[in-house]
Amino acid sequence: MTDIKEVSYEEIRHLVSDRALEGETMLLNMGPQHPSTHGVLRLLLELDGEKVVNCIPDVGFLHTGIEKNMESKTYQKAEVMTDRMDYMNPLGNNLTYVLAVEKLVGLDVPERAQAIRVILAELQRISSHLVWLGTSALDVAAMSVFLYCFREREQILNIFELVSGQRMMTTYFRPGGLWRDVPSGFEQAVREFLEVMPHRIDEYEALLTKNPLFLDRTLGIGSISAEDALNWGLTGATLRASGVSYDLRRFAPYSGYEQYDFEIPLRTEGDVYARYIVRILEMRQSLRIIEQALRKLPAGPVRSSNRKFVPPPRSEIGTSMEALIHHFKLWTEGFSAPQGSVYVATESPRGELGCFLESDGGPKPYRVHFRTPSFDNLQVLPKLSKGFLVADLVAIIGSVDIVLGDIDR
Amino acid sequence: MMSEKLSQHITSLVEKFEGTTAEFAGETTVIIPAERIESAARFIHDYLGFKFLSCLTAVDYYPQDEPRFHLFYRFNSIPEALSLNVRVPVSGINPSISTLEKVYSNANWHEREVYDLFGIKFEGHSDLRRLVMPADWQGHPLRKDYPLGYEEPQYTFNYEEISVRKPKGSRE
Repeated sequence: MTDIKEVSYEEIRHLVSDRALEGETMLLNMGPQHPSTHGVLRLLLELDGEKVVNCIPDVGFLHTGIEKNMESKTYQKAEVMTDRMDYMNPLGNNLTYVLAVEKLVGLDVPERAQAIRVILAELQRISSHLVWLGTSALDVAAMSVFLYCFREREQILNIFELVSGQRMMTTYFRPGGLWRDVPSGFEQAVREFLEVMPHRIDEYEALLTKNPLFLDRTLGIGSISAEDALNWGLTGATLRASGVSYDLRRFAPYSGYEQYDFEIPLRTEGDVYARYIVRILEMRQSLRIIEQALRKLPAGPVRSSNRKFVPPPRSEIGTSMEALIHHFKLWTEGFSAPQGSVYVATESPRGELGCFLESDGGPKPYRVHFRTPSFDNLQVLPKLSKGFLVADLVAIIGSVDIVLGDIDR
Repeated sequence: MMSEKLSQHITSLVEKFEGTTAEFAGETTVIIPAERIESAARFIHDYLGFKFLSCLTAVDYYPQDEPRFHLFYRFNSIPEALSLNVRVPVSGINPSISTLEKVYSNANWHEREVYDLFGIKFEGHSDLRRLVMPADWQGHPLRKDYPLGYEEPQYTFNYEEISVRKPKGSRE
């Protein structure tokens, strides 16, 4: 065992003000086990009475070395780890990773697979927003919204279970397409969801949007200007609530998003309330996208027929020697990617989720890095929370919508 | 295909900062020498209009030493819908490079992460502490000479033998 080195006073004294050193302000530890830090986030708060003078986030409690582990697995096998990063958005993580692999090796994806990817990614966005809405409303003491949100989320998770057999860790998107085609009940299940969901969003809005207690807790709290938001690398609804129209689905369309007609909700106030409004509107836009994708869902294959990268269907293995060889090669050695690096970004429910993937020509990634939205969104917390009350800080953490698995990886 | 605007930006960047370019998968990456990165970032931010630092990470090319690391930066220009990739080679002996924190505020945590996991020092950084690993951790896990961290299973017949070569203390 190594000796445990404690962090010395000198090492962190530049983080707090001189008043703290004289004992005028109080240093208070919040988390890592705290119900409203949304996971294992620790905050060191410097408080003047109940006012936040400074807030120092401490992350890493959920660091699992995913990037290092992926370097020792083949491209197909590394994918299962991506599910476990942002556990509110496993399909979105899969999508980013497979898009990066596809760009690296130059693989085409059939149109049906692309449309199904869009439908599932948007369902995932809604389910993530529902968890955000429920928990952040709970943070500002609106209890009932939580129960309604989880009712609808259940419906979405049932659809994921229907297509992949798993409610959360799906690994359903694969390089070159999908694991398998969606089952026959899929379209019906999505239609049922599309029918009920708009009314359910109206219900949430009836509980919150004009609720004076909710307005008191959210209006003018934790605001940030467009320029600062951009400089601090904020993305997603948090950036769009400050008035910057940056959505990867428009900025650099992937998976056929350019074919769909949707709006990017914008607000300029940049406070907790504006972020709430933007996310509510985003859910409605996601429903629009799903509806369009479902309407023109093309028939055809869901996997690329390029056998050098995509395993052949089971039925071929019994009759074709070639197929058997490909099957064997792909599941033992894996496929090799050309030497080089790519960066692919998608719009996750929280913002820009990017995957930097470098290959040295072998069957395993040489380096994988995920640029995760929560990482940048949490970083700005000290700036957002300065001068507000501890109770407001809780509302602000909820509003930037962080997932600690996404930050620590 | 690369837009004309982007290729103009890349040309001006290459000329001004003695850069070179590399192509892969339809994208161009500008390679800039390490000592010019801070002024290059200011130029990219102020004159080329890339106001958004989207990604900052590193790659380790161990056992190669000169350069051992590459830092990878990606800048976005939102009004022009352009992305710019920049790579900076960093030596493996006392790896260090100047910080971009003063130009792009969000570089703060990204650089702390790179420092933590690769051991590259960022000169002028306001708060260069470990980010995700514990403060008393030894070594930098994402380096290629850092083992993945499995433990050899010990049985009664080879317990002593493995105990001898088991890593103790420093993991570097």
